[in-house]
Amino acid sequence: MTERLSSAAHLYITSVWMTVALYMDFLYAPRELTMGEVQRIFYVHFSLAVTALFGYLLIFLGGVAYLWKRSRAADDFSHACAEVGFVYCCGVLLTGPLWARPVWGIWWTWDARLTSTFILWLLYIAYLMLRAYVTSPGRVEILASVVGIIGFVDAIVDYMAIRWWRTQHPQPVIMGGAGSGLEPRMWLTVMVTWGAFLCLFAYLVRARMALAEARRELRALKRELAM
Amino acid sequence: MRIIWTILVKDLRIEWRSRETLPSMCVFGLLVVFLFNFAFETAREETLRLLPGLLWVAFAFAGVLGFNRSFAAERENGCLEGLALAPIDPSTIFLGKMLANLVFLGVAEAVVIFAASLWYNFSFFPALAWLAAILFFGSLGYAALGTIFGAVAAHTHMREVMLPVLQFPVAFWILILAIDATADALRGAPRVEIAGGVYRVAGVSLIFVVAGFLLFEYVLEE
Amino acid sequence: MPPATSRAERALELHRVSKYFGDVAALRNVSLRFVPGESVLVYGPNGAGKTTLLRTLAGLARPSEGEVRFEGRNLIENSAAPKKALGFASHSSFLYGELSPRENLRFSGRLFGLRDLDRAVSSALDLFDLGARADEPVRTLSRGLVQRTSLARAFLHDPTFLLLDEPFTGLDATSVKNLELLLAGLVRQGKALILSNHNFEQGAALAHRLVELDGGRLKYDGRLEGAPRVSEGGPSLPESSLGKAEG
Repeated sequence: MTERLSSAAHLYITSVWMTVALYMDFLYAPRELTMGEVQRIFYVHFSLAVTALFGYLLIFLGGVAYLWKRSRAADDFSHACAEVGFVYCCGVLLTGPLWARPVWGIWWTWDARLTSTFILWLLYIAYLMLRAYVTSPGRVEILASVVGIIGFVDAIVDYMAIRWWRTQHPQPVIMGGAGSGLEPRMWLTVMVTWGAFLCLFAYLVRARMALAEARRELRALKRELAM
Repeated sequence: MRIIWTILVKDLRIEWRSRETLPSMCVFGLLVVFLFNFAFETAREETLRLLPGLLWVAFAFAGVLGFNRSFAAERENGCLEGLALAPIDPSTIFLGKMLANLVFLGVAEAVVIFAASLWYNFSFFPALAWLAAILFFGSLGYAALGTIFGAVAAHTHMREVMLPVLQFPVAFWILILAIDATADALRGAPRVEIAGGVYRVAGVSLIFVVAGFLLFEYVLEE
Repeated sequence: MPPATSRAERALELHRVSKYFGDVAALRNVSLRFVPGESVLVYGPNGAGKTTLLRTLAGLARPSEGEVRFEGRNLIENSAAPKKALGFASHSSFLYGELSPRENLRFSGRLFGLRDLDRAVSSALDLFDLGARADEPVRTLSRGLVQRTSLARAFLHDPTFLLLDEPFTGLDATSVKNLELLLAGLVRQGKALILSNHNFEQGAALAHRLVELDGGRLKYDGRLEGAPRVSEGGPSLPESSLGKAEG
């Protein structure tokens, strides 16, 4: 009961936070000088992108925890993060072109950062496909953990290797130090929006884990009835 | 060390008897180069510019073909479990299988490069030492990934599809860096530049060799 | 023959072991203890968990709960010593089709670090009467010969605990007779024999202890003579190959 209550509270907080974020994106944050209104998509795009990458870190941590402790919860966690992270990553790949088209004049370019996001998306697909295709049910968790760990190592290599490539993408504005010149109100908007998307991510992961648990119970009950 | 050698020799002997993996890898690699030629019908200079990418794409596809076969043979009759029953460190199995894959990939690469140099009237000799280093390190990382993912894909339906889906996104940077380095070596770039390229390929490859080495024991488990 | 106490220390044990495949439990809270000199028949209907039990004892399947112990220590964590003392044969032959029986055995012997490899291999080949076909690729051999090679592989490193999953499958009458004699002899020598068999009488002739499984639970563990199944008279349903999916 408390679980259901805290889950409801989580949903409520997420909705309010999301609304505040939307308000800030469209009304509070000032109009960007060169790019104009279309720049407002940046807040969503950035939040999705950072969370999608963060999601793979969580898959990695869940995988390590599973191989170490063999706890089913750790694997459920990785699986949930993969599904939600994949949706986020799709979001990045959809919002990016919408922004790129008016600003760069093209939908897509094989620039380093775009490429590495695309690879991240492929890594999500690889992880989820593997889970769907493993033949022996006892092995899914182990194999998924292994692939999740290597996938994350690759994501790291990825974000290192783009330094060796020239890039068209805006340089990181957030971590770029004091001189990177993001207006304070914009900065606040970024943070609030990112927070909202993280909160939503956490809610979805939680719901997905609860679903996995419920399915398991259901199957156990069905089997007992059949016996 | 002795065990790694035993496993490698076993794989080579099986290949010598069946002659399945290596010929199919070579033919497949050659077909990629052949198709490319007629798909683009490029002038000679243009071809040379595109050649590094073309070669590595051919290696990548040939490799995936070989890695799949490598574990298809182990899965048959449960041989992989037979290995797991022996009192040996699972990572030695990884190293043995990886070396066997590396040998097969290396032979296929040599065949493809030789054919390409004939078909495109180009000599690889001036850059041979660099090329050998790039091929070695690039293939090492690629074979390491192929070995662990081959073992993973062996437990799935449609492993022919599953292996490339796992392999290509992760091997992406090995291939890109190897292509860059190969291009530098072929056009005779300054020593330092080529060496830098080789270090990068070697660095990324070693990361994946270590990852495979550490994780392989879990793939054997049930 | 070693004194009884030291034999008991060399026990292979399952301690409250459960094994799940996804959501399906193949073993539920099974505790068993085997010592050298015993001969045990593992029996039960399809899907009872016999194969999983043997695979868990062999260290191939890791228990989801509980642990397997060899000489009192966790088998998964200290796997080199127990693996040398365990010999496992199952319906997978663990043999490479392109290699001959001799090459397969030599390969396995090397992995086990056997000292006198040539002698060990040729005596294992003789033991199962494989001499004549020892140098032909396994893929060209008949089912019975493959099964004999597979058994030779399990016996090669002279293990103390023999785990045999349906060892008589595919053997002709002569080979069955020979294997029965061989197994009985090994038990007299102080080896432990743990076998599963679909033919109850055939298995029972070799064993003094019965372990009966049903739905992954331990149903009976004790002397074979007093077992309820024997008083009921005769085996239950013969096992089809369907049961093999459980592993």
